[in-house]
Amino acid sequence: MAYKRQIDRLPIIPADATEHNVTCHYCIVGCGYKAYTWPMNKQGTTTSNIFGEDLGEQQGADSTTWYAPSMYNVVRQNGRDVQLVVMPDGDCAVNSGLGSIRGARMAENRPSKVTGTQQQRLSDPMVWRNGVMQPTSWDDALDLVAQVTARVVTEGSEDDLIVSMFDHGGSAGGYENTWGTGKLYFESMKIKNCRIHNRPAYNSEVHSTRDMGVGELNYQYADYELTDTIMIVGANPLETQTNLFLNHMVPGMRNGARVIVVEPRRTVTINACEEVAGAENVLHLQINTGTDMALFNALLTEIVAKGWTDTDFIANSTFQGGIAQAEDAGHPAALGSLEEAMKACTVSLDEAAAICGVDAADIAKAAAWIAEPLNGERRKCVTAYEKGIIWGNDNYRTIGALVNIALATGNVGREGGGVCRLGGHQEGYYRPSDAHVGRPAAYVDRMLISGQGKVHHIWACDHYKTTLNAAKFKQAHKRRSDMVKTAMDNAAGGTREELIDAIVGAVNAGGLFVVDVDIIRSQIGENAHVILAACESNEMNLTSMNGERRLRLSEKYMDPFGNSKPDCLIAAGVAQHMEAALRGLGEDAYADQFKGYDWVTEEDAFMDGYHKGNPEVTYDRLRAMGNNGVLEPVVGFEDGKLVGTERLYSDGTFGAGDGKARFCAAGWRGWQAAGKEAEMEKFDFLINNGRANIFWQNQFLDQDNDFIQDRFPFPFIEMNPDDMADMGAGAGDLVEIFNDNGATQAMAYPTPTARRGETLMVFGSPAGSQGNVINPGVNELVLPDYKHTWGNIRKIADAPESARHVSFKSKEYTA
Amino acid sequence: MRCKKMVDVGRRQFLRGGAMATAGAAMATVSTTPAKATPANARLDYPSNRLANMSDLVVNEPIEIEYPDADSPGVLLRLGEAVEGGAGPDGDIVAFSTLCPHKGYPMSYNSEDRTLNCPGHFSRFDVEAGGQQTWGHATNNLPQYALRIDDAGDIYAEGSDELIYGRLSNVL
Repeated sequence: MAYKRQIDRLPIIPADATEHNVTCHYCIVGCGYKAYTWPMNKQGTTTSNIFGEDLGEQQGADSTTWYAPSMYNVVRQNGRDVQLVVMPDGDCAVNSGLGSIRGARMAENRPSKVTGTQQQRLSDPMVWRNGVMQPTSWDDALDLVAQVTARVVTEGSEDDLIVSMFDHGGSAGGYENTWGTGKLYFESMKIKNCRIHNRPAYNSEVHSTRDMGVGELNYQYADYELTDTIMIVGANPLETQTNLFLNHMVPGMRNGARVIVVEPRRTVTINACEEVAGAENVLHLQINTGTDMALFNALLTEIVAKGWTDTDFIANSTFQGGIAQAEDAGHPAALGSLEEAMKACTVSLDEAAAICGVDAADIAKAAAWIAEPLNGERRKCVTAYEKGIIWGNDNYRTIGALVNIALATGNVGREGGGVCRLGGHQEGYYRPSDAHVGRPAAYVDRMLISGQGKVHHIWACDHYKTTLNAAKFKQAHKRRSDMVKTAMDNAAGGTREELIDAIVGAVNAGGLFVVDVDIIRSQIGENAHVILAACESNEMNLTSMNGERRLRLSEKYMDPFGNSKPDCLIAAGVAQHMEAALRGLGEDAYADQFKGYDWVTEEDAFMDGYHKGNPEVTYDRLRAMGNNGVLEPVVGFEDGKLVGTERLYSDGTFGAGDGKARFCAAGWRGWQAAGKEAEMEKFDFLINNGRANIFWQNQFLDQDNDFIQDRFPFPFIEMNPDDMADMGAGAGDLVEIFNDNGATQAMAYPTPTARRGETLMVFGSPAGSQGNVINPGVNELVLPDYKHTWGNIRKIADAPESARHVSFKSKEYTA
Repeated sequence: MRCKKMVDVGRRQFLRGGAMATAGAAMATVSTTPAKATPANARLDYPSNRLANMSDLVVNEPIEIEYPDADSPGVLLRLGEAVEGGAGPDGDIVAFSTLCPHKGYPMSYNSEDRTLNCPGHFSRFDVEAGGQQTWGHATNNLPQYALRIDDAGDIYAEGSDELIYGRLSNVL
């Protein structure tokens, strides 16, 4: 039986409840919400309430006065329990009152000792002591971290400290927390061996577009409503950028925009586009997986051949005269003029059709939809891409080939244009220079597997769920951290000095001292020797920007859980204890580098970092801008308002050194990453991975949410029903996916639209890591090709009891 | 940037009809003598409303209902096969709210795969799985109504297992 809350009424928000601005802390769209808090002993009535509406009547569709049970909770605020409602903001331009299945559960996913929600949240720092993780004081935990780290980096070098750290906004990221961690590791130290939350190195996911002078978030969401054609590549925005799709792409289609979707599988996005725009106005180019670049090159070739390029734009705003950047170790393709790029990119429609497995006529049709002038004017086309090519084959050249099309048609920096990634988390990156990391960056996960590094600081990353070659990684990480646990156990009852000596001895013998900063006990956190308890957005003030660079302050409305703290203040604590530990080692000059962390609040960290680079921006000014915020970059402050930037490059000047955008010489070369082609030939099934709207990221909160776990108690793998029948598997049966890299497990979800031999497994699940079977192949800049994995599948068991109630019907809306 | 047209369709649809009795009104009685006021029950008392008779039901043909009152449209279905939570001698009779719990758009029934589908934002719910959201944006599954069938075959709704869209109390 489906999960039901058995709630038949909710407290009414009183008229004098306190209102707080909230930006949803999950996906990059950053929908606006309002949080209302009020005392436990107060409530509104049907006639006297915050909305000034009669709530004794049925509220209409699209109501901004109704809230669901998931939007209510009881939380701590200034040490007291208060009632809380977090509901979508009808006045926010991003979402106009729409809530997603993720954001509309923000209240329910708050830790509450009253309602019992999210009791998995960490309330205190913990240390490995006498064979178990024990809660301890901040000073005790930070001292242990600092003393071990200081010994290791002074006896060896900073290269012995490996750091995994988020670089995103929202959640527990944001400008405050990326600055705190960035200042610690890139200013006080110069840590080179570091990586980001979802990939095994410290690198951009979109190097090529940046090198071409085109920042990846260059439009505003309203461009979808003003365009003639929406091109979606390797993305599924109805699921993963939900209200961008519903509140901007759908109105665009209603305004007459056609849609091109480049995607090897049929998605709910494609179905919804057909419903809204009519199937005749939706072109699904269902290419062979990994062949996007050949398609883009054919589109460009066709556009050039037809004379549909924007010659003035090309002459004025793009590089002329050959090669601007030669291909080298840091640049997997040459960059330069359109003519230069065409030498590498030119491919006929027929050649591309053979590579991509789509009709040449459809490629020609797509080219016309993108670029054929409309009533003698530029046809407006906005292009959106995401993990399908970011985590796909030959990242650098493929993204470059796509951006080529936008540049050739003058569709950047103009109304109804833009070529942008859709994004995962919000953005919120403000750190000192990372130039010392180098390019290509270190392949950190491989270093850890091969025994390198002695101390591992982890900030809200769970490699167990979100890395490639994960099976090997887990084995190595656990083995190495267990060596340190054993050493600590053997030092039990001794002095602090003896404990530090034991740990240092263990790491010098191949062990790994692990410090995990997180809001919950993560899977990789089981290997930790010290856990530092962090809080997240709205338990602190947090600033981030969304996928159209919309900067907002999401306000604190509740206390951090227990003794947990903002990451920026934890980083400050690490720095202060590092200073003390280094002085204890007689390293005064080094210790001096750890000064400057006397922050009391997250606002202090914001002022020390982001504000110094953007002096117009303060918390007070952002608070006044509300949930609509301001589009970055902020260029002024006038009439009491921050002044932003509607679109990047609207003056035709681009981000490369001379202001001229570069084209990418994106020559097609088949499978780029090592081992992919052989794996494809060896195994029966493509094990593609993707996201589902219902889960946020790796389910770190949703793993403790009854509504979510009831729907999908196990990670799903979408399979063609005939493939399932061949192995005797029915809906909900558990299957094992295996190849030479490892194995994982999932719940079979029959999907008639899935092509035979092609599956899609949900990424990042705590109950089955798809990363276990992804090979270690990366591109030249250490970008993983997570999307291309092949394996075999066998049935493990009939659907267990916990999956028998689950709906296995089509996910596609049908009237 | 909301689509006003669809909102209007929604309002028209769920305000139409209204033949059913609004039995919920009696629940709102207020005492005029506070000192002797009866404490409210922790859970709502639901009206017992007759929806149809067994003889009205044809397998997989939806009957429009209104419950707990005329402003809350729903559907009564006989599925022909027992489902968990199903009522009646064969355990195959179910009733649900048809306002999408996401944004309150009236949903349509797809008899082919037995789902309720929302034209507003493409959510869908499985009537054979207790109203579980097969795919969509709502943060709860579809409210299902508790059914009682008397000796004469009359089918009554007598409660809901989730909050119905658009009301902070299921009984207004």
